Amino acid sequence: MKLKRVVVTGLGALTPIGNNIQEYWDSLVNGKSGCAPITYFDTEKFKTKFACELKNFNALDHFDRKEARKLDRFAQYALVSSDEAILDAGIDFIDVDKFRVGVIWGAGIGGLETFQDEMINYAEGDGTPRFNPFFIPKMIADIAPANISIKHGFMGPNYTTVSACASSANAIIDAFNYIRLGTCDIIVTGGSEAAVTIAGMGGFNAMHALSTLNESPETASRPFDATRDGFVLGEGAGALVLEEYEHAKKRGAKIYAEIVGGGMSSDAHHMTAPHPEGRGVERVMLNCLNDANLKPEDVDAINTHGTSTPLGDVAELKAIVSVFGKHAKDININSTKSMTGHLLGAAGAIEAIASILTMKHGIVPPTINHTTVDENIDQSLNLTLNKAQKREVNVAMSNTFGFGGHNACVLFKKLDA
Amino acid sequence: MSDIASRVKAIIVDKLGVDENEVVNEASFTNDLGADSLDTVELIMEFEKEFDIQIPDDQAENIATVGQAITYIEAAK
Repeated sequence: MKLKRVVVTGLGALTPIGNNIQEYWDSLVNGKSGCAPITYFDTEKFKTKFACELKNFNALDHFDRKEARKLDRFAQYALVSSDEAILDAGIDFIDVDKFRVGVIWGAGIGGLETFQDEMINYAEGDGTPRFNPFFIPKMIADIAPANISIKHGFMGPNYTTVSACASSANAIIDAFNYIRLGTCDIIVTGGSEAAVTIAGMGGFNAMHALSTLNESPETASRPFDATRDGFVLGEGAGALVLEEYEHAKKRGAKIYAEIVGGGMSSDAHHMTAPHPEGRGVERVMLNCLNDANLKPEDVDAINTHGTSTPLGDVAELKAIVSVFGKHAKDININSTKSMTGHLLGAAGAIEAIASILTMKHGIVPPTINHTTVDENIDQSLNLTLNKAQKREVNVAMSNTFGFGGHNACVLFKKLDA
Repeated sequence: MSDIASRVKAIIVDKLGVDENEVVNEASFTNDLGADSLDTVELIMEFEKEFDIQIPDDQAENIATVGQAITYIEAAK
């Protein structure tokens, strides 16, 4: 069976550095940090007092009050970003077979704030279980794609992938597979997360996973820097419309790029720690290259997982050197998490979008906040430090890895390259 | 309007996001005010909380309009 080609025809973003694609890209190129003291709750007793929250997001600009109340923030973000992507792709206005349009979404957690608030409410009561009837349907991770399909009438495959911080990369890969197999013409994919909450910050702090550089939030996310001390929690969403190539061509759609490969693997090592030699990470990049039928030398840029954790960053770069060999030093490697923070289940989506826009504009966004060389990192690598670099990029890779040892990797290619 | 009636109506306006003028005694939660089955459960829970009463499920099934809610709560208080 001959697999079909799959292209990207729509993009949407709601991020700590921009509330739409244009703002997001401008901030990426200009090296803007999205990190600031937390405004959502009182952080006095918290070890980490900062995060990458969305800026100027008001649910009532997008939903009426009744609708907003029934949606956890992670589902609100999903609807807002997917609306942008669907509008960008123009699929609401054309004659599509809605049974062949799916929504496959990624969320690492789902409605954490809804869960937290219901539990607080229960704990403050007399023990009578007075749960809100919307508690469960607001919280469950699959409700984001459900709401997208309800809004637009898309009746194809519809579910959420959950693999922690790799969730939305897994969603993109599943969407890619269903289209290339011929099951669907179009799939709205991506991911969203809204974990900047008491439970999210407290929980990740307990794992010693978060940066505690409270004196300097804007520079706390510093991937590959010797003084990095953990990731910075972010929130938001990214959405992509994937479409079968002939279907897109026939309707004269704008095509951003082709998705040419997806790789998946597991570390099979530890619940939260990365494999020290990055063996699962090595394998996921090899799987992705094989799937795309590309050679290591074909890759021009890699948007790393690069979360700014002491162990993870080194393991990932070691794996890149091992997979790409001599070519590794010719690749533009970056971590856009230095600007956006870590959006958990939405990371794969917003970083795939960064890779696609990198190819479109011929500019590689920087890894900001780098001041101190880490002796454990190969100094011949081009980590795109502090300033964006102009570069023609024909093939771009995006890596994401999740707690639990889930690894996912996607490869995009310029359509005519 | 009685105190109970105005409090009941305020809850309905808040939870169902409807205009105050629509919340008349004859209005049905589901047919006129756009409530689905979960909205109706939430309304009953809000009435219980606001008026510190218990509305058993079999009684709740009979409260389908604004007027029926006011009548029930006035009797229960």
